[in-house]
Amino acid sequence: MNVLQFIIQNHIEVLDLTAEHLWLVGASITLAVFIGIPLGILITRWPVLSKPVLGGANIIQTVPSLALFGFLLPAPWIGARADRIAIFALILYALLPLIRNTYTGIRGVDPAVVEAGRGMGMTDSQLLWQVELPLAFSVIIAGVRVATVLSIGLATIAAAIGAGGLGEFIFRGLAMVNNQVILAGAIPAAALAILADTSLGWLEKRLSPR
Amino acid sequence: MNDAPNTGPAIEFRNVGYRLNNGTTLLRDLNLEVRRGETLVLLGRSGSGKTTTLKLINRLLTQSAGTILVDGRSLEKWDVIRLRRMIGYVIQEVGLFPHFTVSRNIGVVPRIEGWSADRIQRRVTELLRLVGLEPQLASRYPRELSGGQRQRVGVARALAADPSFLLMDEPFGALDPITRAELQREFLALQQRLGKTVVFVTHDLREALLLGTRVALMESGQLVVTLTPDEFVHSTDAMVAAYVDAFRTELSRPKEEAR
Repeated sequence: MNVLQFIIQNHIEVLDLTAEHLWLVGASITLAVFIGIPLGILITRWPVLSKPVLGGANIIQTVPSLALFGFLLPAPWIGARADRIAIFALILYALLPLIRNTYTGIRGVDPAVVEAGRGMGMTDSQLLWQVELPLAFSVIIAGVRVATVLSIGLATIAAAIGAGGLGEFIFRGLAMVNNQVILAGAIPAAALAILADTSLGWLEKRLSPR
Repeated sequence: MNDAPNTGPAIEFRNVGYRLNNGTTLLRDLNLEVRRGETLVLLGRSGSGKTTTLKLINRLLTQSAGTILVDGRSLEKWDVIRLRRMIGYVIQEVGLFPHFTVSRNIGVVPRIEGWSADRIQRRVTELLRLVGLEPQLASRYPRELSGGQRQRVGVARALAADPSFLLMDEPFGALDPITRAELQREFLALQQRLGKTVVFVTHDLREALLLGTRVALMESGQLVVTLTPDEFVHSTDAMVAAYVDAFRTELSRPKEEAR
């Protein structure tokens, strides 16, 4: 029996696990965007904060994911459900690319443009919304892309704490020493990653300022 | 807003100093008056403090000592956003918004001031003509323009909300000599019509003498002297003479090389 046959025969479970996977990634990326991008903006306004915030996000990134899932098990509220743990951990991992790209994207806007805007009497929020964010947009979206692809991969590990997702097949296949079962999880996960990457890349091109 | 302004100087510096956080002094004890409707040129070498002086006026920088008055009112008493919107600002790098069309670039201040789309549209067309650009350029993006066209848009943008003041920081410095001369002539004609109070920064003596009603020579963060162009070329002040000499040498060099 090859992988394709296995997937077709178990297509209901494959779809279920893919949906779970998408839920974990979708929820965590959405929340991470709402945390990471404002944080990135904040540290362009208070540069003193940039070192601790970026440093903190960097340190989180170095914690092995399996360990982080484990650490969160005893956490109040979050530890009560496996998908909460998974989403929380995935948010933490997604923060670094989001914060860093927002920060460098805004810092990378031509200083002459910012000075001209300020000199003309734009308020800080006008400058941010009309000038800095549109000009930093492609860099920020690139951060979302990296974070999404990263999360799709990491979410497979969430199955180890019972959060479901395509990692279920991978761990099951490892236990059964069955490559086909492993691939039944790995291939859809890889396909999701490629799909997310191309569609966000398309969005980046479409919405970038000229 | 204020009854006094029409009599006093438009901008006045009183014992103004500016120091960086690390203690370096960029300006010391500056006293300077800009008269209503004149073009005051701040002339000096790089690092002489002329750009710093300019940025103190629209509060992109804040002085560490002394008082600056605009329209007879101390800068601290101005709302900084209101102040900047009545002061047009043109810089050498132009700083056009690359993601806005020419028309939107020019309309930035009118838009944030809440003008109607119609009125902005009319104003943009009027300004394009005023700075010698075809109205068809309105829908172009900055990167599709030549350097001279970009700087013209920069000037149009600064004039958009009809400010009474204009601050210009080496606006023609990055242009080729022919375009520069063209823009200088147009600036003179424009200034004759509009009569704005202009503070113009340059290191080019020829430009200073051509455009300035008065020329303020700066050196190492201090004002050396303020003279009319005529007085300037005949001055016996050592620093002024050195500047004029350097300029003459520069002019005579091509002849020697031509032998």
